[in-house]
Amino acid sequence: MQNEIIIAGFGGQGVLLAGTLLAQAAIEQGLHTTWFPSYGAEMRGGTANSTVVVSADEIGSPLAFNPNALIALNEPSLNKFMPRMVEEAIIIANSSIIPFDKEYKIKPVFAPVTDIADKEIKNVRTANLVAVGSLIKALELYAKGSCGEEADMRRQSAQEKEGDLCDLEDTKVLTLKSALTACEKVFSSKPALIEVNKKAIQAGYDFVKYL
Amino acid sequence: MSKKVLVKGNVALCEGAIAAGLKSYFGYPITPQNEVPAYLSRKMVELNRVFVQAESEIAAANMVLGAAVTGARAMTSSSSPGISLKQEAISYMAGMQIPALIVNVQRGGPGLGNISGSQSDYFQAVKGGGHGDYKLIVLAPNSAQEMYEMAYDAFDLAEKYRTPVMILADGIVGQMMEPVEFNKPERKDFVEKDWHLTGCKGRHPRSVQSLLMKDGVLERHNINLQEKYKKISGNEIQFEKFMTDSAEIIIAAYGISSRIAKSAVKLARKEGLKAGLLRPKTLWPFPSNEISLLADSGAKFLSVELSHGQMVEDVRLAVNGKTQVEFLGKAGGAIVTEREIVAKIKEMIK
Repeated sequence: MQNEIIIAGFGGQGVLLAGTLLAQAAIEQGLHTTWFPSYGAEMRGGTANSTVVVSADEIGSPLAFNPNALIALNEPSLNKFMPRMVEEAIIIANSSIIPFDKEYKIKPVFAPVTDIADKEIKNVRTANLVAVGSLIKALELYAKGSCGEEADMRRQSAQEKEGDLCDLEDTKVLTLKSALTACEKVFSSKPALIEVNKKAIQAGYDFVKYL
Repeated sequence: MSKKVLVKGNVALCEGAIAAGLKSYFGYPITPQNEVPAYLSRKMVELNRVFVQAESEIAAANMVLGAAVTGARAMTSSSSPGISLKQEAISYMAGMQIPALIVNVQRGGPGLGNISGSQSDYFQAVKGGGHGDYKLIVLAPNSAQEMYEMAYDAFDLAEKYRTPVMILADGIVGQMMEPVEFNKPERKDFVEKDWHLTGCKGRHPRSVQSLLMKDGVLERHNINLQEKYKKISGNEIQFEKFMTDSAEIIIAAYGISSRIAKSAVKLARKEGLKAGLLRPKTLWPFPSNEISLLADSGAKFLSVELSHGQMVEDVRLAVNGKTQVEFLGKAGGAIVTEREIVAKIKEMIK
């Protein structure tokens, strides 16, 4: 399994930090990971992105050649990266500021992360980590789905009839638990921000119910 | 659950240099290596060591010369256009046999180019760069962990041979974060050598220079330098081999390209193509002998670089006409993909 995740948005929305959190979560699970930023002339208001690769195996390129997950915190980012995604990609779109009534090549999971951060968490700057929570849930649902299909096939075709064939630890998806632990590490120099950001991750995770 | 920390390649490099006992850093800002001076500006002061942001790249390189000649472990870092400016001082350090570390986190060129990762300074790093018959030991990390380890090892190598060492990284390896384990012991207690300029009170004055005007002295000096380079070539070649046994196509790639190439090799093997990878970790001295031996088995070579073909020339020299050598590369910030490499392998196997 290899996840190639792009996190994109306006400069200042925290796309670099969101990527860092995902990469740290991967470390917590003992997975291989790389994080790569856009480091051009980005500034507040411009667009920025970071790319995180998470894999059970040694990682080649830290740049995503086959990106299968995207967090788009604004519409320009969605439009820019959607065409690059693989067919079955998981896309979290910030529906607080991205229209959800349009036709999209790949149907995004819409989550109003800015509104959740603002109203539920009472800190609009945590929208990035709300989105991280949503992505983790969506990847988990996807893994369960495909794992379920695979398990069904294996049940039909082979001897395996007993037991849970859908162990998420085996599928190496990032877990909520490791994201929350990562939160403590990433904000270790600003402990006051740990709890609020954990809440944000949890809220984003809880928001997504199905794909 | 892990001792590994998530840091940028540039920061890992700083930690490696600090652990190696870096006493003084001199630099001037340029993307994509800015994390190096930014990080060291804080860290070196905390450690009560020297950090100077010089007035220019040229000044910074000459300050390294001045610090290192006193026996201090000293370094500078920059990116491509800045490294061009440092060449005069680098040539002087080679001539004066001053051990020091110069780091090039390559960006797109020529000229000011752009700030994307690139590998277009290979020639400059291994074929001289400055004037005169000299060589640098050139190390090519391909991960944040190797940025740490090579920065650590660079000073020992430099002192062992009294020669400047260059780390030739690139914007991608410098900018990306990866888990790194800082596993090297802190180096301290360095011994004064008989050439260090430490003030001659109570002893004979020493002199370290590259201006050697007396009859035959410079000729003798050059012969000595060449003997030293021969010794380095014999002792210090480092490379990694991956699936080269019975490979029909061997990719030669260093730095970030080698990682993409390794993925391409795995992809090719899945498709039943017999591909392998030879990754020079030292670009000078170059693993020519190993390439020559692999060519004896009939394997063809494919040099993959983020340039328009530089290291490929050394691969060709090593293969010496025994088999086919091809090139695949892009420059100016463009990236060669795994798929493109596999397609090229297929073309070569046909």
